[in-house]
Amino acid sequence: MKRYVYINDDEASQDLYCDNRLSNRKYTLLNFLPKNLWEQFSRFMNQYFLLIACLQLWSLITPVNPASTWGPLIFIFAVSASKEAWDDYNRYLSDKKANEKEVWVVKKGVKKHIQAQDIQVGNIVWLRENDEAPCDLVLIGTSDPQGVCYVETAALDGEIDLKTRVIPATCMGIDLELLHKIKAICNETKLGMSRGIPEPKLTAMDAMIDKLTGAIFVFQIVVVMVLGIAGNVWKDTEARKQWYVMYPKEGPWYELLVIPLRFELLCSIMIPISIKVSLDLVKSLYAKFIDWDNEMIDNATGTPSHATNTAISEDLGQVEYILTDKTGTLTENRMIFRRCCISGVFYGNENGDALKDGQLLNAIASGSTDVIRFLTVMAVCNTVIPVQSKTGSILYKAQSQDEDALVHAAAKLHMVFVKKNANILEIRFNGSIIQYEVLETLEFTSDRKRMSVVLKDCQSGKIILLSKGADEAILPYASAAQQTRIFVEAVEQYSQLGLRTLCLAWRELEEDEYQEWSLTFKEASSTLVDREWRIAETCQRLERDLEVLGVTAIEDRLQDGVPETIETLRKAGINFWMLTGDKQNTAIQIALSCNFISPEPKGQLLLIDGKTEDEVCTSLERVLLTMRITTSEPKDVAFVVDGWALEIALKHYRKAFTELAILSRTAICCRVTPSQKAQLVELLKSCDYRTLAIGDGGNDVRMIQQADIGVGISGREGLQAARAADYSIGSVSGTSLFNSVSLMAYNVFYTSIPALVSVLDKDLSEGTVIQHPQILFYCQAGRLLNPSTFAGWFGRSLFHAIVVFVISIHSYAYEKSEMEELSMVALSGCIWLQAFVVAMETNSFTVFQHLAIWGNLFVFYIINWILSAIPSSGMYTIMFRLCAQPSYWITMFLIVAAGMGPVLALKYFRYTYRPSKINILQQAERLGGPILSLGTIEPQPRSIEKEVSPLSIITQPKNRNPVYEPLLSDSPNSTRRSFGPGTPFDFFQSQSRLSSVYSRNCKDN
Amino acid sequence: MDIDRGSTSINEEVARSIPIHSGRTKVFYQFTQQNLPACKPVLTPAWVITTFLLMGVIFIPVGLVTLRASRSVNPFSFCFCLIIQLFVVEIVERYDIECVPEVLRGNKVDKYMKAPIHIYYQLDNYYQNHRRYVKSRNDKQLLHGLKYNDTSSCQPEESNNGLPIVPCGLIAWSLFNDTYTFSRGTTELMVSRKNIAWKSDRDHKFGKRVHPFNFQNGTLTGGGKLNPHIPLSDQEDLIVWMRTAALPSFRKLYGRIEEDLDAGDVVVVRLMNNYNTYSFGGKKKLVLSTSGWLGGKNDFLGAAYVFVGSSSVIISIVFLLLHVKNPRPYGETAYLSWNLKSIS
Repeated sequence: MKRYVYINDDEASQDLYCDNRLSNRKYTLLNFLPKNLWEQFSRFMNQYFLLIACLQLWSLITPVNPASTWGPLIFIFAVSASKEAWDDYNRYLSDKKANEKEVWVVKKGVKKHIQAQDIQVGNIVWLRENDEAPCDLVLIGTSDPQGVCYVETAALDGEIDLKTRVIPATCMGIDLELLHKIKAICNETKLGMSRGIPEPKLTAMDAMIDKLTGAIFVFQIVVVMVLGIAGNVWKDTEARKQWYVMYPKEGPWYELLVIPLRFELLCSIMIPISIKVSLDLVKSLYAKFIDWDNEMIDNATGTPSHATNTAISEDLGQVEYILTDKTGTLTENRMIFRRCCISGVFYGNENGDALKDGQLLNAIASGSTDVIRFLTVMAVCNTVIPVQSKTGSILYKAQSQDEDALVHAAAKLHMVFVKKNANILEIRFNGSIIQYEVLETLEFTSDRKRMSVVLKDCQSGKIILLSKGADEAILPYASAAQQTRIFVEAVEQYSQLGLRTLCLAWRELEEDEYQEWSLTFKEASSTLVDREWRIAETCQRLERDLEVLGVTAIEDRLQDGVPETIETLRKAGINFWMLTGDKQNTAIQIALSCNFISPEPKGQLLLIDGKTEDEVCTSLERVLLTMRITTSEPKDVAFVVDGWALEIALKHYRKAFTELAILSRTAICCRVTPSQKAQLVELLKSCDYRTLAIGDGGNDVRMIQQADIGVGISGREGLQAARAADYSIGSVSGTSLFNSVSLMAYNVFYTSIPALVSVLDKDLSEGTVIQHPQILFYCQAGRLLNPSTFAGWFGRSLFHAIVVFVISIHSYAYEKSEMEELSMVALSGCIWLQAFVVAMETNSFTVFQHLAIWGNLFVFYIINWILSAIPSSGMYTIMFRLCAQPSYWITMFLIVAAGMGPVLALKYFRYTYRPSKINILQQAERLGGPILSLGTIEPQPRSIEKEVSPLSIITQPKNRNPVYEPLLSDSPNSTRRSFGPGTPFDFFQSQSRLSSVYSRNCKDN
Repeated sequence: MDIDRGSTSINEEVARSIPIHSGRTKVFYQFTQQNLPACKPVLTPAWVITTFLLMGVIFIPVGLVTLRASRSVNPFSFCFCLIIQLFVVEIVERYDIECVPEVLRGNKVDKYMKAPIHIYYQLDNYYQNHRRYVKSRNDKQLLHGLKYNDTSSCQPEESNNGLPIVPCGLIAWSLFNDTYTFSRGTTELMVSRKNIAWKSDRDHKFGKRVHPFNFQNGTLTGGGKLNPHIPLSDQEDLIVWMRTAALPSFRKLYGRIEEDLDAGDVVVVRLMNNYNTYSFGGKKKLVLSTSGWLGGKNDFLGAAYVFVGSSSVIISIVFLLLHVKNPRPYGETAYLSWNLKSIS
């Protein structure tokens, strides 16, 4: 699309283009209410509540006071809406901040300060170093004599390496004062376009609850149909005979509907309305607990974890796949130069530290050319900027940790990179200063996997090309004369040790060769189409016939506790994928050392490789075949795939690869690009697995955004990942992070039951219904959701309902069958039973637990006593009368015993003779057994403290229970209070329904 | 910008969340760290078996005592139209076969009955819990009388001839109106008809100055009539009737015999069979019953206790046998499936 831009003509562009106002807001003042309501009602559960509430307005059919539904409904919607409004207000504030940011604009030759939102298309913007680009810009001039400027696009695509932008040749002569010009702005910017609409992220649980609500709704409909028809038949055959009811002879046309609808309303408590509030509360508590967790505070920096998205925390428990970045996540991303191999001589092999290798020091002292060249490449071939601090020491600002390590190592080896003045580099070697002029920097890209600099030696005037990069990016371009076998071996050897390797190379350039190349390079960098590809192609032409100097080996230390954590997580059945940009061997070594894969013979590693489609295909099929065979065997099978093969596999053999992905528990993907990482996440997600992506670097951002749950580690590589992630975790604290994940995995479902059940059950008055919330919450643990558990809970609730109903109607038969009394007996029976059910499902009793369970019961009595003391209330004196009757207490006791006995017996039987994994672990834990003695964990030579941490996986979960209890101790009161007056009503109606059902049964007999 | 703000607030949080932990702060700290001391019960065989055994040991005796308490009540109930019902068996005889307005029945007392002996009338298949019925009353009117005139809830018995009805509604309209007189041999038994309703109802639910008005004056007469000169708070039959029953079989207190009855006494009941239960096949019974500590005769609780108690004893024995025959070590991680085979 062609666009004409009128430079500095505000009026003309005002008509044509929108302004630069940034708006992330979802709502405006006007559309807030309708839009928010629309959004809320797009969920099935809310529609259902609305339907019920509307039905209740029809007084002919409503069995309860409509306020009992409308009140909570409005409250819930108000809470959700105000939360949204608050979020949106914050978005507005941050927008405002961005919009009102001061920007320099050049107008008629005068620099003016204006707000970012007032920038018009066609304005000339003047940016200084480290300024944020307020809009899309076209570069028309820089302060750099070569017309180069560096742009960091982390905010757009998460890549933190600087990208070069060169002034188009036509603009070369333009006055340097006019620097940048705007092209197109506002929400049409790249950022704005790619941002997408902020969708409310639905968690698996939300979806599940919606699904279950649907299921229960269907069940309800069935029940309502059956009861409704039965009710109508009964009405016509029996009720019309009952003169005392005075049924009118002719009812209105909707008469047939009345009874089913009434039943529908009665059944509506099957899906309790408070479920929504409770869920939200629990979610935010989860998030808060992640924030609070001291174990997840990084000791070094004191940064605690931070949960940004409160809504999805419970998904943590359902993670089936963890995709992790290696560098900085599993490892500390604190690179240390360990070994090197210079022209065939290995240094640092004996003591594991080349910096202390006497041989190397000697070689340096003696001035061996190869060694000096090697060191020069180490020191110079990078984008590091040295900063001289006031004390005289030199600090290095490096984009990548590898470069940092190399420069530091070089400095230790007397090759000190001192200064970088525009294009002049200064190096101090053994007291003498050497100056180089940087002619060109051929940047590192993840595709090229190498970087080079073209230098001009200021003394000799010689032009040299220094390159460093991955072995496969350097060694193939070595000059034909050179034997690269020794370097291949070196790389092999180092990567076996789990070290990161880089090959260093150099070449002397002829003056005219450089000049010629330089022109094409300039041209390539100023093209508008396919610039990156063309630059890469141009670079390729220069980076050939290299003289390989040597190989460096950098150690990337594993984070504390990583092996143990991974071991435990894998035992928890979570599949692990490691995605790394490292070499295959390095990756495998790291994987071995952190228990990612088991060594032979226990484990088996399958390799997918190949350069062509066919090769990949055959290898993929072979691996798949092995995989299928071995799944039944107790063997750890992992597959390794490299970026190239992955590309082909994803493109052409997606189906086979997906199957492989499902079959294998562990995978290592090496040499993968950021977009491939994201593709993998997508692949797993498409198979309906919950994925969690962990990463720290900018290159993980895409993956993190793609995954169901993103965990960003706000570590050394900057905050991009943290910004994108749903959770950011204080740097380098892998262990506790994993702990919390698995702890969730073990416990999400346990914990929420006591909490929510006791919150919810209060306002329910009928046994069957009481148990339904539990069904819902049990399903939180996605993997526990299957028809049998559902049926189990359903059966139990039905059983309890029958127990409560039968016992109360029989023990309060005849002269005691007063409606209010009987209803209170049944209600208290439910409450008692529910307290015991919760107690039985609770795994650990803390103060809060006791408070919640027994406090609940206590509160129930208090409230009913209060209600019974009010003369005008329907249940005046009822509770006092009941509590004075011995038969009441005997009935309660009977209900509890009859209700809980079989449940306890069944639970005990399952627990002892058909235990689940969780049960066994619980047993083991409580008996103080060594939980992690299972399997073989390589003894890690780490501090004892670290070994304790994985243990806490098992011990901690149970402790999570108290989380919810404060909710309980409060909300029952409040819900009850709000329901207080409604309850008796409500109840006696349901009783009457029950009794009518009951009596019908009796008649049938 | 956002990031910066975020990180500073995080730091503040750290500062706040790691203070010296003392007293309440400590509890809060433990709470936030989910480290509260907790007891984690395990379902060990010993524990479970003991629980069940204990349950049995407690429940069986309690059940027996309850049964005994309920038996010693010695209920004396008989059907309107037929013979005496011995205390356990209730013989039901359809009543529409020989229906006469006035019935005279003689019944022999089997066992000594200690005063007070409660007289109940029992209705079967009578749905006092029907929705239309239950709602058709007005508590405010019962308390305040004609002053309160919003009686829409009393439909369809809220007014007659344009005048409001007090007490309005179907419940009051269908007031039970059979009457009984008792005599032992030839001497009439004193039946106290006072204090049969709840005191709280008399005092706070039914007005002392509210008199029946325009009651049972319509074309359709439901049940009994009320003396318009007696205030509602003293119309105890009405108050009892208006405590609606939750179940379709219910008993309501008619009065009390204040004299002891000896075994062998013949109680003659003269009853006025006024109330219409034919149309819907309801049954009417008269029940004489003393009252024990658990209230009237009710074998259910005792039987249920004995049943639950013995089942738990049986369960505990079964579990004990299972445990002895097939001991299962606890927390044996070897049973973990991933130790048996790798999870696929």
